[in-house]
Amino acid sequence: MSAVSAGGGNRSTTLFVLRNAPVLLFIVLLACFGLMSDRFLTVTNFVNIVIQAAHIGIIAIGMTFVLLIGGIDLSIGANMYIVAAVLGLFLKDLPLAISFPLVTLIGLAFGAVNAWFITRLRVAAFITTLSTLFIGRGIALYFSGNKMVGFSPEVLALGRASYFGVPSAIWGFAIVFIAAYVTLSQTTFGRQIYAVGADPDAAGKAGIDVRRIVFSVYCIAGVCAAIGGLISLSQVAVASSTFGFQKEFPVIAATVLGGTSLFGGRGGVLGTVFGAVLIQTVENGLVMTNADPYLYPLVISIIIFIAVFIDSSRNSILERLERRQIRVERV
Amino acid sequence: MTAAPFFEASGLCKSFFGVQVLHGMGFTLRPGQVLGLVGENGSGKSTTMNILGGVLPMDAGRMTLDGADYHPRGPREAEARGIAFIHQELNLFRNLSVAENLFITGFPKRIKGLPFIDRGRVAARTQELLKAVDLDIAPNTPVSRLSQGERQLVEIAKALGANARIMIFDEPTTSLTTRETDRLFDIIGRLQRQGIAIIYISHILGDVMRLCDDIVVLRDGHKVGQAARADMTIEKMITLMVGRTIDQMFPPREPPVTLGAPVLEVRGLNQRGMVKDIGFTLRAGEVLGISGLMGAGRSELARILFGMDPHESGDIRIGGTQVRELSPAACMDHGMAFLTEDRRAEGLMMEASIADNIALASLPKFGRSWAGFIERTRLGDEVQRISGAVRINARDIQRTLVKNLSGGNQQKAVIGKWLLHEPRVFILDEPTRGIDVGAKYEVYKIINQLAADGAGVLFISSEIEELTGMCDRIMVMAQGEIRAEFPRAGFDREAILRAAMWHGMKETA
Repeated sequence: MSAVSAGGGNRSTTLFVLRNAPVLLFIVLLACFGLMSDRFLTVTNFVNIVIQAAHIGIIAIGMTFVLLIGGIDLSIGANMYIVAAVLGLFLKDLPLAISFPLVTLIGLAFGAVNAWFITRLRVAAFITTLSTLFIGRGIALYFSGNKMVGFSPEVLALGRASYFGVPSAIWGFAIVFIAAYVTLSQTTFGRQIYAVGADPDAAGKAGIDVRRIVFSVYCIAGVCAAIGGLISLSQVAVASSTFGFQKEFPVIAATVLGGTSLFGGRGGVLGTVFGAVLIQTVENGLVMTNADPYLYPLVISIIIFIAVFIDSSRNSILERLERRQIRVERV
Repeated sequence: MTAAPFFEASGLCKSFFGVQVLHGMGFTLRPGQVLGLVGENGSGKSTTMNILGGVLPMDAGRMTLDGADYHPRGPREAEARGIAFIHQELNLFRNLSVAENLFITGFPKRIKGLPFIDRGRVAARTQELLKAVDLDIAPNTPVSRLSQGERQLVEIAKALGANARIMIFDEPTTSLTTRETDRLFDIIGRLQRQGIAIIYISHILGDVMRLCDDIVVLRDGHKVGQAARADMTIEKMITLMVGRTIDQMFPPREPPVTLGAPVLEVRGLNQRGMVKDIGFTLRAGEVLGISGLMGAGRSELARILFGMDPHESGDIRIGGTQVRELSPAACMDHGMAFLTEDRRAEGLMMEASIADNIALASLPKFGRSWAGFIERTRLGDEVQRISGAVRINARDIQRTLVKNLSGGNQQKAVIGKWLLHEPRVFILDEPTRGIDVGAKYEVYKIINQLAADGAGVLFISSEIEELTGMCDRIMVMAQGEIRAEFPRAGFDREAILRAAMWHGMKETA
């Protein structure tokens, strides 16, 4: 077609491999764990993996929106803990139909605070959310007094419930995923997120309200963190002072592993779901094969490193393919 | 052809930082007219079009559209009034599809009031617009898969979708192949028949002659000529564009009677799509100019020579030694220095002091013992000496931050940084761009001093007078090749310009 893409057969093969590397990795992992444990490749085990991956997956879906515009949100763990603390300490006696929407609004407010600092005061997203990570957890710890927070029996019942044979966590995961998927692919807002992520200046010139888009994605991340927190706490019934601690790591990892670029403009929530399940599969497989627990973080970090490495090398390859040419070489 | 003008601009003026770059520019447009706008780099073409496109406000003047005042406050308003700007750097989102790029600001909705996009209508309308520009691709093709020419056609389709009545093309053919160019011209002809007025800016005078009904020539922000195609020739355009006398803008330059040993030898340098068969020799004490239009490959050549970009073949010797692994570090070790064209992004640490900036590239020279502790006093004295030599106007070079300096003084700080390194080969890429006349004069004096001290200077500039005033020899580049070379005795502005526009001349030949 063009002088650039012509004769780039090898390059496009490289790109294909790079683009599908997580899938290849997933297949290799399934084969390895399957060979090492006969309990691994079973339906029950896979349902378990998805249930366990649900809360990370939901928060990672919110993170996908943020990464798509080239931002970052490190504060989601604190957001989760605030939601848990408020629910357990102050809203314990309210019916879930009221208390759950209320704490989700708190998650939204938390996201809006991030968004306000980033869009209005133009503080770097990294700094803003790193600060709110500590501030948020600090405030919640002050109220909980560093003690375990318990919830009403209804919360635990919800966590264990199934509807039409599907566990509640998977329902939550599916609903959030579908809503996010439709928003990103079927609405003007969703397509403008991609435009802002690709080139904020050009987006502004094209007449897109860049600030509004940026503000919204941090709010979405806040809501997703709250919902993910609720799913997580309904599974464990109590929240210790480390609830949500360091969750930003698996969340960002799941998003990047799913093919969303840390540099903005590329990726999507389908990949994110896949990334979250992949991480959980690794953890599950390590348990099934009786690996040394101290190896877990090491193995997961290596996989994440590979994902980030692929992301950045893909970018430099794309950049090389798209370099401006001075001469037109006639063949 | 005789339709009345529907757009009129008169007395447009614009100044940047107190320097007036546009003096009373004016023109009119009829429906279906193609107006060519030519002039050297910096003659005010882009400024005029940015005013028209709402990117820049004007200081004085008046524009009317259909008899009503037209004063766009931004690109959006210009677009709403039917003025589309096809930028040199295309404004498409590469990660989105063609259809999405066309409708990114307002997708048709499936149900009114709900946010869901009507993909069917988007595809149908896109198909329609693509057909209008003869582009046979699926609406959901990602823009990243398209060639430059196809992207440009998508931009035109976008303008058509916005019901543009005036389309501005800024150097649209620089990155197109001959076939793509022909196709573009066909489309422009079609737009013209639909009654859309076109403003066509280009350095390729052959294209301008072929395409435009009327041609306006700009020089130094003044309109110096306007004529219908029948009354214009390429020769006449060049004469109008150039016509300037060189007075005392340059310090006297006495070319050295005997040149020194070669300090930079380049043989058979090639990089696909960038430069071809570059070969030259730069000698000690010589100032060698490189002229050419924007996009001729001058900066790209400099980046390759300094090891910032790769090259496929070629032999490069610095100071007589062949450098096989070209990298900025290796080049600096061999005594080469490079002043980039973008000093803000590549040359300076804005938040650091003048002294720190000057010292940066030479810190290893001032290291002591195995740990390389810096000899503060010796370094401080040297930095002081250099900043005196380049005459930086600042009270305290240790305290003043570079970001608080004027453009001229910033440029002197970058030059100072490299002088401390005592280069044998100094590549200067547009060293006087964006600085005032006084500062320019001082930069010229520094260049003369460098050459007198025995360094070889490679001087890249878009201003021909600057090169004829300062250089011992000038090479002209076009399309990544060296097209011509002139010794000082044979400097001829018109001949240089003609060589630089080689591509355009060839088209009409």
